[in-house]
Amino acid sequence: MHLAYPAVLAVLLFCVGLYGVLARRNAILVLMSVELMLNAVNLNLVAFDVWLRDTVHAGQALTLFTITIAAAEIGLGLAIVLLVFRHRGSSDVDRLTGLAEPHGGPGAPHAPDASDATPTPAADDEKAEASA
Amino acid sequence: MNLSAAAHPGFLSPTGVEITFVLIGLATLGAALLTVTTRQLVHAALWLVVALGGLAVEYLLLTAEFIAWVQVLIYVGSVVVLLLFGLMLTKAPIGRSPDADSENRLVALGVALAAAAALVWVVVDAFRTTWVDLHGVAQGSSHATGESLFRHWVLPFEALSVLLLAALVGAIVLSRRDAGSPGGATTGAGSPADSATGKEQS
Repeated sequence: MHLAYPAVLAVLLFCVGLYGVLARRNAILVLMSVELMLNAVNLNLVAFDVWLRDTVHAGQALTLFTITIAAAEIGLGLAIVLLVFRHRGSSDVDRLTGLAEPHGGPGAPHAPDASDATPTPAADDEKAEASA
Repeated sequence: MNLSAAAHPGFLSPTGVEITFVLIGLATLGAALLTVTTRQLVHAALWLVVALGGLAVEYLLLTAEFIAWVQVLIYVGSVVVLLLFGLMLTKAPIGRSPDADSENRLVALGVALAAAAALVWVVVDAFRTTWVDLHGVAQGSSHATGESLFRHWVLPFEALSVLLLAALVGAIVLSRRDAGSPGGATTGAGSPADSATGKEQS
């Protein structure tokens, strides 16, 4: 088989996943797009392992490891998303601006954002006093 | 793919495996596109099943049969179920949700198209004259994969089990409900992530 077929398919799947990560708003859909990107990498690993006829099968072993790490990642990611949903009542990634710059931003009216933003000047004051 | 097909004569006489690979690849790509563009959240997870199953068939065509069945077991069997549980527990709307995509969709489309064009150009230019020999002994049979895994990759394999244990403990800690109530009962949202991570562990 021509090696360009799996390579091009992996590239296109990766870019589809890239579009999904950038364009989706729901955090779980972002996780699905991350899975697509990881699968594109797996396809590349398998194709190059078969092409190179590796005696230690590094590509297939790495594919198994990637699949396992992806499973762990999706478990932890979903736990984080559920925690965020329980605290904020929403899993939209563009509303989670608690770590954003204090001025402006669409997440300003949220109460947790305000409580997150308030300790920052105090910490700056402490830093200024320490440096003085 | 079509552009390079006109450039190289080797593409003009495809074998049966190549034709099957391209057809399943087109189906996989279409399902992936629907996964990232559909406005119904549950349908996105179901199209993801089609995409991951198509990739499992591609692994079979590349003679990596053990990877293919691991893909079916873990991705289609566990990860998608976990995603569906996540969609249910975050009260995802059934039916069309108009705000599934954010406002920077055009920017994301531009970035993805630019990356796809650059990467396809580079990959086709690099591997235009490279052939994979699929004949002979299967590269990814369970025998070969198991032998290499437990002969050359034992230490990473065991380190990975420690990582899975850490992920299991992390998921349990993250989904404990003791922020509001001092009892700290692990109920509700904690169970699917924990059980699925435990399933990977075994």
